[in-house]
Amino acid sequence: MLITLSEIKQISLNGVWKQNSSLVQILGMCPLLAITTTLVNGVMLSFATLLVMAFSNFFVACLRNFIPYEIRIPVFILVAAAVVTVIDLGMNAYMHDLYLILGIFIPLIITNCLVLGRIEAFAAKNSPLGSALDGAMMGVGMIWTLGLLGGIREFIGAGTVLGGIELVIPGTSALQILPADYPGFLVAILPPGAFICLGCLVAWKNWVEARAAQRAQLPPPAPVAAGGCH
Amino acid sequence: MEFNTSPYLLKEASVQRVMLKVLLALLPGIAAYVWLFGPAILIHLALTTITALVGEALMLKVRRRPLGLFLPDLSAVVTAWLITLTFPPLVPWWLTVTATLFAIVIAKQLYGGLGQNPFNPAMIAFAVSIVSFPALMSQWPGTDGHFSSQLQVIFGLAPRLDGLTSATPLDAMKTALMLAGDSHSTSVSSILANPEVFGLVAGRGWEWVALAYLLGGVWLIQQRVITWHMPTAFIAGMVVISGALWLWQPATYASPLFHLLSGGSMLGAFFIVTDPVTGATTPRGKLLFAAGIGLLAYLIRVFGGYPDGVAFAVLLFNICVPLIDMYTQPPVFGMKDQ
Repeated sequence: MLITLSEIKQISLNGVWKQNSSLVQILGMCPLLAITTTLVNGVMLSFATLLVMAFSNFFVACLRNFIPYEIRIPVFILVAAAVVTVIDLGMNAYMHDLYLILGIFIPLIITNCLVLGRIEAFAAKNSPLGSALDGAMMGVGMIWTLGLLGGIREFIGAGTVLGGIELVIPGTSALQILPADYPGFLVAILPPGAFICLGCLVAWKNWVEARAAQRAQLPPPAPVAAGGCH
Repeated sequence: MEFNTSPYLLKEASVQRVMLKVLLALLPGIAAYVWLFGPAILIHLALTTITALVGEALMLKVRRRPLGLFLPDLSAVVTAWLITLTFPPLVPWWLTVTATLFAIVIAKQLYGGLGQNPFNPAMIAFAVSIVSFPALMSQWPGTDGHFSSQLQVIFGLAPRLDGLTSATPLDAMKTALMLAGDSHSTSVSSILANPEVFGLVAGRGWEWVALAYLLGGVWLIQQRVITWHMPTAFIAGMVVISGALWLWQPATYASPLFHLLSGGSMLGAFFIVTDPVTGATTPRGKLLFAAGIGLLAYLIRVFGGYPDGVAFAVLLFNICVPLIDMYTQPPVFGMKDQ
């Protein structure tokens, strides 16, 4: 079954902006807090999550008519866990240095409730192609959010951007933005810094939405205030 | 913020008047500080006061709140002064400025300004700084400070010499006891005999600053700016735990008097836990809140890794305030206790 252009647009906009996993659904906080200490870490973990979500959504959507409703959750988790294992082994083999840094958070993608959330909310009811696209677009939303968050935290905390890039693209090196004797505002790298930066980003998104609604003379959308899951 | 209500028995209380009295009550402590440790603290006081007012004004502007109503209430100045007094006086200028901005912008205004902040802004500034810059935040000056050399250190013109700074009395005590380990080769009384670090009962010089804070605090109670509950409970909490351990093993645990006159105890008891915004509001709640902070501050400073525990204890109990208030609500007049 193929998908129409308007569906593609709708799914993409939802994943990247309107239903953004970190800024609107406030899902996947555990990797967000622990891993977004640098831009590269944030983007690479999000990329791994993107692959997991795209493939597990695709497989579940293919099997959706054969999965008994009562035991769907264990089956979903099994499918997703298989994909996570493949990604985990793949990264260990081909990106070993980065794998050592991201460590336990690669296998822990299975506990990211965003993965199960998208399977249950989307893949269990939609076509395989659309589901794969939904997983991928949720991943894209996660990539830019976690990349931005990682970049901000790295910049404030260490004065650099793209630290650890040499693990992904050999031969490149991090950009030192602030002077080398910058003492480093360590709290930005610690988990409280992630909470504060994320709060500011959520506030920024709410502000952008409210302004857009004001321009279009629509009633202001309900701002995101709370929610979340590890 | 002026209140004019019916009984007209007292002079009208305003936030500005209360904050002004708190600032006045801090003056004896600041005077003792300058007398004993040199005028470096005055530079930081000026810097943080200006930073706090500028930060507050900018945030009020961004939030479209009336500047004329909120800026002169002096609450930002109180925060700035408390930050300065809890920081080591020889930290570089950018550290106190950054910490003050963090307190005003993030810990106070982003939560909705005065009255809405769940955490004590000055203690947030201290916690953020000691977590981010532990080395700078644990260098305290000896008692002989010359103004020009202090000035050069603050503005980064002179190297930060080890001789200029030393550990706090609390840190000196903890390190000496830790080095002795289980061998009991040294005792609290022999450590206290070192006249370079310690005075009569606590840190040399620091004990007088602490007594000056006590003086200012008692004046605040007399002026009815604060009630007796919180300072008394804080002191009681600290005395109970430190006294029990001291009676049990006087060689390894310092006396309650040492702890009350060291670190941030007195400043904390009268000026920090008594913050009307972030503290408990019911009478029983106030006792519970402050006693808990006194107890926890002792545990963190004696058994923890940080030089003092008042800031972390205050922040931890700030989180508990809604719970404490809920369980200590007094019964409505005329109703029996359940």
